[in-house]
Amino acid sequence: MTLAHLNCGAHLMADDVSEEPHVFPLGRKPGEMLFCTIMLVIGGLLIAAIGWETTWLEGKRLSAQPRFWPTLSLSGVVLFAGLNWLSRSKVERTPGRWTEAGIWLRSLEFIGWYLLYVWAIPIIGYLPATVIFCTGLTLRLGYRGRAVWAAIGFALFVVLFFKSAMNVKIPGGALYQLAPEGLRYILLRYF
Amino acid sequence: MELLLSSIDLIARWDVMAALLIGSIGGVIVGGLPGVGAAVAIAIVLPVTFSLEPIVGLTALLGIYGSSMFGGAIPAILVNTPGTPVNALTTYDGYPMTLRGEGRRALSLAYSASFYGAIFSIVALMFLAPVLASIAPMFGSREIFVAALLGITLVIITHRGQVLAAAMLASIGIFLQTIGIEPSAYTQRFTFGLGWLQSGINLIVVVLGLFAVSQALVLFMDKDKSIKLPNVGRPKILEQVRDFWIYKRVATVGSGFGVICGMIPGVGEFMSQFMSYAYAQRTSKTPELFGKGNPEGIVASEAANNSVPAAAMIPLLALGIPGEELTAMMLAVFYVHNVVPGPQLFANQMDFVLALYLCLLLLNIIVIIFLFFATGTLMKAMTIPNRFLGMMILTFSLIGVYSLRNSLTDVAIASGFGVFGFILKRLDYPTSPIILGIVLGKLMEDKLRTAMARVTTPWEFIDRPIAFILFAMIVIAVLFQGWTIIRARRDRPHKVSDV
Repeated sequence: MTLAHLNCGAHLMADDVSEEPHVFPLGRKPGEMLFCTIMLVIGGLLIAAIGWETTWLEGKRLSAQPRFWPTLSLSGVVLFAGLNWLSRSKVERTPGRWTEAGIWLRSLEFIGWYLLYVWAIPIIGYLPATVIFCTGLTLRLGYRGRAVWAAIGFALFVVLFFKSAMNVKIPGGALYQLAPEGLRYILLRYF
Repeated sequence: MELLLSSIDLIARWDVMAALLIGSIGGVIVGGLPGVGAAVAIAIVLPVTFSLEPIVGLTALLGIYGSSMFGGAIPAILVNTPGTPVNALTTYDGYPMTLRGEGRRALSLAYSASFYGAIFSIVALMFLAPVLASIAPMFGSREIFVAALLGITLVIITHRGQVLAAAMLASIGIFLQTIGIEPSAYTQRFTFGLGWLQSGINLIVVVLGLFAVSQALVLFMDKDKSIKLPNVGRPKILEQVRDFWIYKRVATVGSGFGVICGMIPGVGEFMSQFMSYAYAQRTSKTPELFGKGNPEGIVASEAANNSVPAAAMIPLLALGIPGEELTAMMLAVFYVHNVVPGPQLFANQMDFVLALYLCLLLLNIIVIIFLFFATGTLMKAMTIPNRFLGMMILTFSLIGVYSLRNSLTDVAIASGFGVFGFILKRLDYPTSPIILGIVLGKLMEDKLRTAMARVTTPWEFIDRPIAFILFAMIVIAVLFQGWTIIRARRDRPHKVSDV
């Protein structure tokens, strides 16, 4: 049960104690059919690949077959995605399917930031990468002034708490090798 | 008595107490930040605890798990935004009270009810523990398989209005756990010849993607909300206790619902709150005020949801079966720390189980003292802008994913699940069936293989009393769902979809 269901249920309850959270979907969210279709297609493609991506062992009972659970679960994906598609097609739709798909794609920008951050850590080191990531993302999100300083402070806190104090396993940067010997150890070990 | 002393001995250490303190206070803080929540916090902190001793790491995470709902009541009451999803019902009576200038009273009632619910549940479970210890060994492979199946069934059918979506997502979870080299005949499944898929999909990576990364994306794509905090002052203990005591009946019944619902896999906080709220309204002298600022509504909601975490530890500890996403994550925590939940744990390490309950008891005391002094400071944390919070979550989540194996592949997988979770959240689809599908799917595969080697007919699978009772519960749950659909269809003749 999600928050949306509970909200609906609680509003109903405030008026009539005999009501329960709704059984039927009250409407269709933009992009819901698109999502169901994608799930249906992916499920179908994976089922088609079952023959060469799993093994059938002669002489073993069904429950011990390596193929049994992938087949069962993928059949579930296709069956329920299909039924969900059908059930959603009967309720009133909210327009904006492609706008919604656009929002899904726009989120990839932040994933790009994230992957770039991880990629940079072994090269420039955890401390510089975190400071650059936090300030860069803060600026990208449109914050200026005090928020940027807060982002730098937050980045320093994260590195000092997790890497320096808690000794969490994050590799040192290749750039640190350029530092003088005494400093190099401290940088590699703590930052 | 000897058991109790042994369990006290287990936790009477400075590092356990420090972990409990940090976990409890951290849990209240993340619970008080709308958009973060316990799931995100546990996902992030989990890998950090790998290097700690099992009892220390578990205590810290238990602290977050058990205390987040306390904090979640603050924004629910003061700014009409639940800090965690389970505080949603609190907004209906809490916020109207704040608008009437009774914010402090509403907060006091929420804290008292939460504390009462939690203590009620822990005490009930301490008394139940010996009974559970005697029943737990009666669970063999068949019983555990049927119990896991019951868990999956209940998780699916409690998602009212989204049963089909929940079933699809649970199936995805079950499929995900099959990827890699399977452990009985060592054949490859859906690895597509890729080396990094041979070890399978790591649960922690999925959890971090689905909960932490996806939540950061949700916050990034949202707009910052300006929050105006009301001036509520510091709660007064005596006044608080006196006021709460008027509603002790509602709190006790609500806590009872919490204990029962917590023990049943897949049911959890939402159902217990719903039943408690409905009971409070039905028996109230002023039912018309529910949803408009009735204190009984806050007590019913908070007592019920805070009594669930301790109860939800029962199927988790006794059978190794998580009931919802947080307990699924706690299961991962146990495995990581080499503590294998199940009948053997109850039979052989009862002192450890009691130590965990004592930790839950202590954390509630820590939290209530902390809230008494720090509510004002916590309210300030609620003013952190949404998207800045998203940046913080993404930075924290890297620690969780990357510190596992320093693998860019893990980060890429977590990112993929992050986008998937983001889409699910945009569509209001639940994420918990995926996690439960992964955890329970693996359990079901192992137990079915073991159990089927010993049975010859399907009836033998359920011919033992516990297996039969659990199976009957599945049948009843499915029939009840069918009956609900038929009744709703009859009552609403206009065109609607089935589930």
